[in-house]
Amino acid sequence: MAVHDKHLQDLDQAVIRFAGDSGDGMQLTGDQFTRTTALMGNDIATFPDFPAEIRAPAGTLPGVSAFQLRFSSFDIHTPGDAPDVLVAMNPAALKVHLKELKRDGILLLNTASFSALDLKKAKYDKDPRTDGSLSGYRTIEVDLEARTQEALANSPLDNRARGRCKNMYALGILYWMFHRDPAPTEKAIAQKFGKKPDLVAANLAAMRAGFAYAETTEVFQTAYRVPPAPMKPGTYRNIMGNQALCLGLVAGAQKAGLQLFLGSYPITPASDILHQLSGYKHHGVVTFQAEDEIAAVCAAIGASYSGCLGITSTSGPGIALKSEAMGLAVMAELPLIVIDVQRAGPSTGMPTKTQQADLLQVMYGRNGESPVCVLAASTPADAFEVGFEAVRIATKYMAPVVVLSDGYIANGSEPWLLPDPDALPAIPVAFAPAGEPGVKFMPYARDPATLARPWARPGTKGLVHRIGGLEKADVTGNICYEPDNHQHMVDTRAQKIANIAADLPPLQTFGPRHGDVLVLGWGSPRGAITAATLRLQQKGLQVSCAFLRHLNPLPNDLGELMKGFRRVVLPELNKGQLAMMLRSKYLVDVQSHSQVNGQPFKSHDIERHLLKVFAELGVEVSQ
Amino acid sequence: MTAVDRPVMQKKDYKTDQEVRWCPGCGDYSILNAVQGAFAKLGKQLHETVIISGIGCSSRFPYYMETYGFHTIHGRAPALATGVKASNPALDVWVVTGDGDAMSIGGNHFIHAMRRNVGLKILMFNNRIYGLTKGQFSPTSEQGKVTKSSPLGTVDYPFSPIALSLGAGGTFVARGVDILGPHLEDMVCRASAHAGTAVVEIYQNCNIFNDGAYKGFTDKEVRDARLLFLQHGQPLLFGANKDQGLAFDANFRPCLVSGGDLGKAYVWDETAESPAPAMALATMSESEFPVPVGVFRRRDKPTFEDGLQAQIAAAKAKKQESLRDLLYAGEIWDVG
Ligand SMILES: Cc1ncc(C[n+]2csc(CCOP(=O)(O)OP(=O)(O)O)c2C)c(N)n1
Ligand code: SF4
Ligand SMILES: [Mg+2]
Repeated sequence: MAVHDKHLQDLDQAVIRFAGDSGDGMQLTGDQFTRTTALMGNDIATFPDFPAEIRAPAGTLPGVSAFQLRFSSFDIHTPGDAPDVLVAMNPAALKVHLKELKRDGILLLNTASFSALDLKKAKYDKDPRTDGSLSGYRTIEVDLEARTQEALANSPLDNRARGRCKNMYALGILYWMFHRDPAPTEKAIAQKFGKKPDLVAANLAAMRAGFAYAETTEVFQTAYRVPPAPMKPGTYRNIMGNQALCLGLVAGAQKAGLQLFLGSYPITPASDILHQLSGYKHHGVVTFQAEDEIAAVCAAIGASYSGCLGITSTSGPGIALKSEAMGLAVMAELPLIVIDVQRAGPSTGMPTKTQQADLLQVMYGRNGESPVCVLAASTPADAFEVGFEAVRIATKYMAPVVVLSDGYIANGSEPWLLPDPDALPAIPVAFAPAGEPGVKFMPYARDPATLARPWARPGTKGLVHRIGGLEKADVTGNICYEPDNHQHMVDTRAQKIANIAADLPPLQTFGPRHGDVLVLGWGSPRGAITAATLRLQQKGLQVSCAFLRHLNPLPNDLGELMKGFRRVVLPELNKGQLAMMLRSKYLVDVQSHSQVNGQPFKSHDIERHLLKVFAELGVEVSQ
Repeated sequence: MTAVDRPVMQKKDYKTDQEVRWCPGCGDYSILNAVQGAFAKLGKQLHETVIISGIGCSSRFPYYMETYGFHTIHGRAPALATGVKASNPALDVWVVTGDGDAMSIGGNHFIHAMRRNVGLKILMFNNRIYGLTKGQFSPTSEQGKVTKSSPLGTVDYPFSPIALSLGAGGTFVARGVDILGPHLEDMVCRASAHAGTAVVEIYQNCNIFNDGAYKGFTDKEVRDARLLFLQHGQPLLFGANKDQGLAFDANFRPCLVSGGDLGKAYVWDETAESPAPAMALATMSESEFPVPVGVFRRRDKPTFEDGLQAQIAAAKAKKQESLRDLLYAGEIWDVG
């Protein structure tokens, strides 16, 4: 890649945000940049920010779609706070995203649509290009529409279709600017539009033209190089959270020798789980798109009852509908995995925005004493391990397991160090063997260690029995309203879930197990918390962080760990739900740091908050 | 195991050690008896049979059958049973439900089971009342009914479970009566023989909260004159001497025929492609016309579970992929 006489500058990281109309192909553009960058060996983290509406009127603020990515020569934990480069495809995108661009950051602005009407749609009274709004940024104005039309003058496509290639023109500019190899994108485009050679040719021509434009015109003075990051050796794949979760479930089911059955009803941001698993029929995966969330979970319970691994996937509103059936699974003591890809609530809330406010719902949102195991994925790649762990626990303990993810993990992506499938642990599952004639089967006879009951598949001789939601006598499973028995069964179901903690490894901490401040986290804030903690450690502060994958039961060593610090701070995207649970269980003054604006935490905000905590503790911070 | 060497079954083989707890005189007893009779006749093996119910007096049924049984939650039995049947089509899966359970809270699952034609045999005990919760009106209670929750009589119109089933695309739709044991047994056997969703609405007397709901046409003295037994290939005749008939006019409106017109009685075809005649029978006035019992509709149609399993088998035959290949898919790269 020749850069001629232009400047080439080395950076150790860059944050780029593509923003445009939903029809501008920003997600695809971001995705291409991500793949290329992953293949070039950088560490990378992404954050797609979808508009609320599928098709908001073109050029309006609600129609703006964005994709942020951060890539680096070192290990990173978040897609970055403020972007170094903002690509704004129209005035609306500029309006929504300019305020986040770093001071002195690069703004690549498409000037094609700055008519009075365009400005009005974006709610600009004056043209921001001339009223000083852009001062303080390194603005590069390019009429992407006109340049793309020029580049495609010989294309047989009509004007509109040509114009739609302008995102590829922008991508070409960015590829030049960041010294990226266009080859992987050339391959991907050829695959994506393979059946339409004219489209392939136009997209590639636009990208090459953008690249050449940046290389030859005066406006672009500097190209940047971000060398590869030192990554652990192995084979990598860029993965999104929903994808990784599906793969973890499929791997778990295979290691357990079970057929996977998914009952689901479409809902943002969980639908991709249904989509993806429905493509795994060749792995024996059964997917059932039910008439509603209640049917979805009930069918999954039915599948587990008949000896499959029953799974149901949804988001918060769907959990509300599933609660009664989840209680049935608690009572029937059957394996069941319930996936909640959380979004901003309450009610329909903001479906495309992220939040972690369903924790108390899945913990306590059922009638009666109805304990379930609750796990949380914390990064896209981590979702694989959490899916696998959910299969292990559900089958070992014959109990429902809730997996919490969120929109940020679901749609974000990162390089995933692929596990060796042969090295994944087996998940032993033993169905109850056929019964002897004349011996009555005891459906609630328990394994003394785990308290799990036997898994008796209908169709097996000698095991006929009845189960249901009514309270039952332990061992025999017969309906029973005896006071002592009910007390015993409530206690037993709780103890069974508590027993899961015995399997858990000690908590890992970033930093020593003693100090001034422990930052605890669960779920998607992990990256922002890690980044903030590491920066403060570099400043010499005694701060450590730890992350909880198991939220119910909590790890046995959590109480001790918290005692080793003067303060425990818990950032979460809700009003302090886990903080409340920990305070009540451990009587420790866990301080909640809450954010509920539909956006992920920024690591700098957490850092700022922690600095305040240190100030309160009277610790001097050297700047 | 072939049909020949399957153990012969007797009614008593299906009885459990649990005390039956319905009110004395409840119609559910005779239904239990008829189902046990039918199962014995069909030689159903205990371990191959699963009975799934919702909540209600009727839904206590599984506890009294020595098969696999799952007493689930209110209205959801068809959904849960769909999961069972879809994941193991070899099982013989029955759903027992009530008029509140299936028509009210579980209406959605009831219609969608039929839309998909899942191989479930649904026995819907219709007593036109909520029994378990002690006597509120149900979606099948007649308009104006005075109950605990409708002291001035209901304003709601009822719907016909048969018409609902036909409308939802039900492929086997029948009606039986608790006290007509042999006929009911036959309905259960015929439902069992059907490959897709089979619905049998069973008129059931709740002698505590809705006693005599069906007296007007099921009592011995009036039965001949008031019940119309649907028989495939036979004209729609009723009356002790079969001297009355039911015919349809050009608009499929039912009308009574007798005497010289008896020959105009409609010849019943339960396999008819059009649901119109069955729909006409299901919706005609109970007071003006005889009440039909028997099979309203029976159509062959591929089942949901077969379609599902066929897709999986075809996908497996077309593509074999190891777990490694599944994980190591897409763009992958090596470091170090
Ligand atoms: C979610 C829920 N809502 C309400 C109830 C209370 N409930 C139990 S059975 C029933 C009605 C049963 O009527 P039906 O299905 O006709 O059965 P029957 O008792 O008449 O046989 C109701 C309302 C319940 N168990 N669960
Ligand atoms: S309340 Fe009615 S339906 Fe329920 S058991 Fe008693 S008689 Fe039967
Ligand atoms: Mg009823």
